[in-house]
Amino acid sequence: MSYTYFPGCSLKGLGKAYEESLLSVFDKLGIEMTEIEDWNCCGATSYNSMDEMKAFGLSARNLALAEKYLQGAESVDIIAPCAACYLVLNKTSRYLKEYPEIGKQVHDALSEAGLSYAGLTNVRHPLDILQNDFGLDKIKAHVKQPLKGLKVACYYGCQIVRPYSTFDNQANPMVMDNLMKALGAEVIDWPLKTRCCGGSLTGTVQEVGVRLSYIIVKEAQKRGADVVATACPLCQFNLECYQDKMSGWYKDNLKFPVAYFTQLMGMAFGIDHKKLGMHRLFVPPKAATPEGRI
Amino acid sequence: MPENKSNGGLKIGVYVCDCGINIASKVNVAEVVEFAKNLPDVTVAKEYKFMCSDPGQDLIKQDIKDGKINRVVVASCSPLMHENTFRRATSEGGLNQYYFQMANIREHVSWVTADKAAATEKAKALVAAAVRRVAIHQPLERTRVPVNSTVLVVGGGIAGIHAALTLADAGKKVYLVEREPTIGGHMAQFDKTFPTLDCAACILTPKMSAVRSHPNITLWTYSEIAEVSGFVGNFKVKVKRKPRYVIEELCVGCNLCVEACVFKKPAFPNAFDEGLGKRKPIYMPFPQATPSVVLIDPNTCSELKTGKCKKLCASVCERNAIDFTQKEEFKEIDVGAIILATGYKAFDGKRIPRYGYGKYPNVYSSLEVERLVNASGPTGGELVLKNGQKPKSVGIVHCVGSRDENTNKYCSRVCCMYSLKLAHLIKERTGAEVYNFYIDIRTPGKGYEEFYDKLLHEGVHFIRGRVAEINDWAMTPDEQGKLIIRAEDTLVGMVRRIPVDMVVLANGLEPQEDAEEVRRKFNISCSSEGWFLERHPKLAPVSTFTDGIFLAGACQGPKDIPDTVAQAGAASAEAMALIDKGYVELEPNTAYIRDELCSGCHTCIPLCPYNAISFNHEKKIAVLNGALCKGCGTCVAACPSGALQQNLFTDEQIFQEIKGVMSYV
Amino acid sequence: MPEWHGWQKLKYEAELDPKFADEITAIPGGEKLANCIQCGTCSGMCPLSTYMDYTPRQIVAMVRAGFKGEVLSSYTSWLCASCYACTVECPKGIKITDIMYSIKRRAIQEKVYPKKFPIPVLAKEFFGNVLRNGRSTEMLVVIKLYLKTAPLSMINQAIMGMKLFFQGRIGLKMESIKRKKELQTVLNAMDKEAVSTGKGTL
Repeated sequence: MSYTYFPGCSLKGLGKAYEESLLSVFDKLGIEMTEIEDWNCCGATSYNSMDEMKAFGLSARNLALAEKYLQGAESVDIIAPCAACYLVLNKTSRYLKEYPEIGKQVHDALSEAGLSYAGLTNVRHPLDILQNDFGLDKIKAHVKQPLKGLKVACYYGCQIVRPYSTFDNQANPMVMDNLMKALGAEVIDWPLKTRCCGGSLTGTVQEVGVRLSYIIVKEAQKRGADVVATACPLCQFNLECYQDKMSGWYKDNLKFPVAYFTQLMGMAFGIDHKKLGMHRLFVPPKAATPEGRI
Repeated sequence: MPENKSNGGLKIGVYVCDCGINIASKVNVAEVVEFAKNLPDVTVAKEYKFMCSDPGQDLIKQDIKDGKINRVVVASCSPLMHENTFRRATSEGGLNQYYFQMANIREHVSWVTADKAAATEKAKALVAAAVRRVAIHQPLERTRVPVNSTVLVVGGGIAGIHAALTLADAGKKVYLVEREPTIGGHMAQFDKTFPTLDCAACILTPKMSAVRSHPNITLWTYSEIAEVSGFVGNFKVKVKRKPRYVIEELCVGCNLCVEACVFKKPAFPNAFDEGLGKRKPIYMPFPQATPSVVLIDPNTCSELKTGKCKKLCASVCERNAIDFTQKEEFKEIDVGAIILATGYKAFDGKRIPRYGYGKYPNVYSSLEVERLVNASGPTGGELVLKNGQKPKSVGIVHCVGSRDENTNKYCSRVCCMYSLKLAHLIKERTGAEVYNFYIDIRTPGKGYEEFYDKLLHEGVHFIRGRVAEINDWAMTPDEQGKLIIRAEDTLVGMVRRIPVDMVVLANGLEPQEDAEEVRRKFNISCSSEGWFLERHPKLAPVSTFTDGIFLAGACQGPKDIPDTVAQAGAASAEAMALIDKGYVELEPNTAYIRDELCSGCHTCIPLCPYNAISFNHEKKIAVLNGALCKGCGTCVAACPSGALQQNLFTDEQIFQEIKGVMSYV
Repeated sequence: MPEWHGWQKLKYEAELDPKFADEITAIPGGEKLANCIQCGTCSGMCPLSTYMDYTPRQIVAMVRAGFKGEVLSSYTSWLCASCYACTVECPKGIKITDIMYSIKRRAIQEKVYPKKFPIPVLAKEFFGNVLRNGRSTEMLVVIKLYLKTAPLSMINQAIMGMKLFFQGRIGLKMESIKRKKELQTVLNAMDKEAVSTGKGTL
């Protein structure tokens, strides 16, 4: 099975480690992805704050570009690892179908630029692909160094599960937990796995945004986790990079590793840490594990 | 138009109703009347404000008496509303009542058409159709069928109990069929009842034992309805009696067998205690169970599972009541009327995961708390947490599974009051701080608002805000180890976090799991939510669209005990009215065979559900016994040669209606 | 006559804008706003309601009643981080997150959003950046944001910025797509006609 890949701006920047580890892990598993040629920014939350119709146009171009890879198939799957990209592309493809007026205007706009979109794309998250297309049993077979004894707090954040829970339970998603268990890790049960990290508020209204992120990291720590696993570049950045600030403000001493779930997969698969972008993390996950293995 | 000379000169009267402004605001009635005047054989066409009123009906009667008309068309509302009214007027004027046809220009036209001109044109088309049809109507007579005076009551909760007793006291024979091993229903689980706080058992158990001992009531518990056939006054019902592995007639409920059971300790969750209490494989559901007969659960009994048990239960039973070989059996009964009182199912709190039911042990359902505060419950009436301690603070969450598009849109109507009741009981038993989280407090009932006042006075907290989430995420030291309820206090405009020891989910009411299956069996309708549908929300609240089948209690919609009992009484009265009349008049919509067209193909014979068709070997044609025909129309639709016709719905009548509409267009 | 300059808890009908609710709800599914029963689930679910000047529920009530000035100058919609917790749990199916977006767009249009407040500034910078290049260059957006709202606090961020730079997570290279023209044609075409469902959005 072959997929198209929509990295989004963050995976080329702050979330570089996410892309590196994702590509390495998928390569190991033999899952093929083709990066959509000349993709553009999904628009994230900001675009919709300015101009709703332009926001639809912006992400519709990506859907149209992805459809070029259809090659006679019934539909084409777009893998969008970033939570914001995943939601925005998902929302756009739904709205184009559900609201014909929007669909028509987008369609006309695309054809002015010589593009077309027939609505034959499925926007999907890597977690969805791993659990439902590839299968946890096959993943288990690739585990060389089980994450034994490692307690993982799986953090899903908002936009993978809301508002569209396309592949998991909205209130208590388990796909990442199941994946971590398949890697040999233990998972902790906690009520904050889908609570918002603050998003871009960490940059704009820090006293609020950083506090939201602090709540998440602190609760994971309190419940005995060794590492937080994330599936979104912004969540990872917020939870990890502001820990100095959190420690200063809240009189704490946080050095808590926050890694991409793909990085933890790569470690269990025995992939070279460099290829997993481990060197790009502030808090090396190595120090926190009982055996110091990772 | 067909030849009508044989009718001695057709004179059709057309009466178009304004229905106040219901029709007249959308349909130009005067224009329809003018149109009708020019239709063939129409001799009278009139407009009137309310045709169903006495003066309206008198118009018809007078015109018949004056010899102006001999066929009647009324263009007004649905035949469901007033077909009988106008048939009666036709008959009182001196014509056969079936020389009448109705055109529905309200439900089918004015209420559903936005454009006035279009509505008027559609009304004309329907009038034209009715005029063509009535021209070939035949005079028909109704037949009378006697009514069986026995009543079947399905469901043995308070609704079924009250209905059965009312009928039995009036001298009617009643079969009361209950699915569970005992009657009593949800009410038997409750501790106190609002707003008077009298003990549920004290007022219910006397009625339960009255049912048991009443000579006119046959009580079948642990039984279900398997099949229903027949029609009003003459239903045939097949009842499945599940094996309880105890001979009901022999058991006296001494419980010696329960004590003797090889399971020394009760190990299995008791459904009556909402799983909070335990029972043995052989058990009495609760002390006042009616009938007072034990039963054996085949899923947990060693003998029934493996066949290798010492069978101590059987050896101590002096009356030899235990019978491991019992099988399910079927009973067939004939009844004249049926009352459905199948009740409700409580909403399952697990469907709202953010409330933590099933995850946090101290989040309880309201029914569980009813059992906990009940003196005969698993804790002997002590309200304690899973760790045995009394809660110091309790949150009651209203509207769980109600007023919510994600679960049930409707208000469950009883939760506000039972939450207030539980708040009172919890405060009384434990002295805990009690917080009610509500959207709106709804206390419309006699003495209900006064009960709310009492609770306010008792110091129970009321926070106006729907609970967002409940979890164990502590932000402050005093929240540690507690369940934290997060909700906006909407009257203050701030989000509050309230740490409590115990949460009670005020679960809403839902239709029974198998409501759809039951609906099919009895051939009645359901509302979109799945509640059994009454014939008319105001004027026929306990009748269904199937004659002879009535509704009582929460199977028709969420209801508290006072309303349930009132409705059960009403359903009994309706059933009695049917029985005491002694007969039902059947529509003459039976089938008949046009012998000359019958090819003797036998198609119809096996299709008839009532065995009304046989084969005449001499003439080589089918023969129909009109007395057995129920007018279902199956044979008519199946007949390849058109020999089978149905009164009131002959092919020609239908074709004339179609022609009326088409020729108009 | 001495005048009271403190709070005022009185609203004259003439001060309200009866068309405001229609403007804000002119989005797909926006008509559901009329179903609000003021239960407060949105505010309770919202991780940010505790920092807002008006809770989401209050905003809904104010939109319905036409409190245009208060709603558009409120911080509430700008603090919304689009986590959709309110939307998925609303018992009446109101897409509250989308309503917040609608309020933000209206506020920018009417230039009444809280000035100097960094969030609308970020949105504008991001918007411009993507409009020109097709992709966002995180570093540039952030630098511009600080310059415009809080230049001094940039020093605070410098250490983190350096760390990220050496880890290769941020760079100063301008990200861009190849066929900018193609994208701009699409976006310009989205400007041309007003869309029936989005009459308040363009």
